[in-house]
Amino acid sequence: MTAAREVSEAAERRDVRNRWYLTAPALIIIMLAAIGPLFIMVVYSFLGKGDYGGVTAAFSTDAWFGVLLERDIFDDTLGFADAHMIIFWRSVRLAGVTTILTLLLGFPTAYFITTRPEKQRDIWLFLVTIPFWTNLLIRTFAIQELIRRDGIINNVLTGLGIVDEPLQMLNTDFAIGLGMVYVYLPLMVLPIYASMEKLDFRMVEAGYDLYAGRLAVLRRIIIPLVKPGIIAGSILVFIPALGAYVAPALLGGGRNMMISNLISLQFGQGRNWPLGAALSITLMAIVMVALLVYVRNASRSSARAH
Amino acid sequence: MVSAAAVEAKNVTKIFGVGQDGVRALDRVSVTIRENEFFTLLGPSGCGKTTLLRLIAGFDFPTEGEILLYGQDIAPLPPYKRPVNTVFQNYSLFPHMTVGQNIGFGLEMLGKPKAEVDARVTEMLRLVRMEELRNRKTSQISGGQQQRVALARALAPQPKVLLLDEPLSALDYKLRKDMQIELKRLQNETGITFIFVTHDQEEALTMSDRIAVMSKGHILQVGSPREIYDHPAERFVANFIGETNFLKGDVAGIAGGKADVRLAGGTAVAATLPEGFAPNGGVTVVIRPEHAQVAPAGGRATLNGTVENVVYFGTDTHIHLRLDEGGEFIVRQQNSRDRPVTVVQGDKAGVLIGDNVAQVLRD
Repeated sequence: MTAAREVSEAAERRDVRNRWYLTAPALIIIMLAAIGPLFIMVVYSFLGKGDYGGVTAAFSTDAWFGVLLERDIFDDTLGFADAHMIIFWRSVRLAGVTTILTLLLGFPTAYFITTRPEKQRDIWLFLVTIPFWTNLLIRTFAIQELIRRDGIINNVLTGLGIVDEPLQMLNTDFAIGLGMVYVYLPLMVLPIYASMEKLDFRMVEAGYDLYAGRLAVLRRIIIPLVKPGIIAGSILVFIPALGAYVAPALLGGGRNMMISNLISLQFGQGRNWPLGAALSITLMAIVMVALLVYVRNASRSSARAH
Repeated sequence: MVSAAAVEAKNVTKIFGVGQDGVRALDRVSVTIRENEFFTLLGPSGCGKTTLLRLIAGFDFPTEGEILLYGQDIAPLPPYKRPVNTVFQNYSLFPHMTVGQNIGFGLEMLGKPKAEVDARVTEMLRLVRMEELRNRKTSQISGGQQQRVALARALAPQPKVLLLDEPLSALDYKLRKDMQIELKRLQNETGITFIFVTHDQEEALTMSDRIAVMSKGHILQVGSPREIYDHPAERFVANFIGETNFLKGDVAGIAGGKADVRLAGGTAVAATLPEGFAPNGGVTVVIRPEHAQVAPAGGRATLNGTVENVVYFGTDTHIHLRLDEGGEFIVRQQNSRDRPVTVVQGDKAGVLIGDNVAQVLRD
């Protein structure tokens, strides 16, 4: 009896140990690649700034004050760093708009793919992923080529006499929106498709049978049932869109600075690494708060929708 | 009393796919379903019964022909504009809603005020005896309960016709029996026309007012369970419903709707003819095993043979005979203390066939 228990306990201990061995590589990678840099960022944000970049080994909270406050270069008074706030808000707004636009485009796309015959679906999914094949920078330059003043679209439009003057598309908000939607659309389509593929379309028939028209079926049955996909897609788009760098710089003409531009500036010409680190952590905090609010709202509204 | 026609299908053809690949699921089907009746579409899978149901519901549209609901052609109407509700085979309850929300959904979509919806949901829950489960999620109730919610959901908007697509097939035997009685009760209480699709002949016989037996896109015979069982007109119907003995014979004469059929063994039986069918020459006659009796060989026996097998079933015993003229014949005899089965394997025995039990097939 006791011998049997000893054997089984030994086996259990061995199991636990083996589990640790097996997960160790993944844990080490997570520690080194995710938590390590984060830790360094936190430490840097509390150090003094070096004159030529880098940090000095002295504790300082200047960087954190610098996120919110700025010293006037003429009279040295402290003022509210509204430029930082404007930049943060601009990035959040761009990410939000991108999420909404990709959702508006991605949902019908996912629905279209789901309702194709099974053999065709793979082809459509394959087409959706094609943009991933090329480097982001190259794709963005390609968009530039399409929409610039004497680009392909303007040439065609003026050639056909549809417009007299070439349209100003590059370096506008439209261009940024176009670039963002183009880049992030697959990240919205794929999770929604994954959810929708599991949707039992007999539910849709049941809805029609119970006097729900097309819109009511969409609102009351399809959307609640694919909500996990919508949430996942929105998160996948919103987070990277918040840190978008290339599209605003190349398509928006870089006139409007985004958070990521601001941060990269601190590590580059600004030579203020602690401020860059503090701004990065602030960005992360914004993402986390936004996600918490979003997920809470989404799950609450699905509980309320009866 | 003949009630009004609730649903009429007129020469309905449904072809899935196009051209050469097209599958003819229904082929010029015409049938009239009366008001307030429990009408069953019975047939094996692929016979077109579910297709016909889906055409009535509006999920598919007929390739040809028309479907009338109380005289009105409903073919152009989408399902959400037809006063018809469906109980789905897998129930298709909405998983993101509670039991009560599921039942109220149809009324809500019809724009009924909340108070009315709530009252009706309460009434429906009482009807299917599930009052206490109103606020449960549909994933938290058993299969039988889901079945009842699906029924309540479909009945709540008071449809003119209720369509039931094999609703009992997912339930175990005992529950299925209970639900059969429950369904019959609900139909009586609500007075709604039920169109029930099943492949289970026993279910069809016990519940229906009338049955349409379907095969390969055609309706072969429509009639009351008794007509279908006692007087099958087609070989398929006789075979599909219950056990049957088939005997070959020749028509010797016809009188008063009955044929005098001379069997291969030389004896004659009086057999009922299908309506409007007057054959001459060779026909097939069917006799249900329980309509025949085992008797001593020779004498009054219509058929003679050797007992091959005696199988005891509790309530009755099956006696398998090899006929002298060839072929097999099964007699089912109810077990009773007074009249026990006495024949054993190898015995010579005869079969008595009454005047009113043989039926001529239309083939």
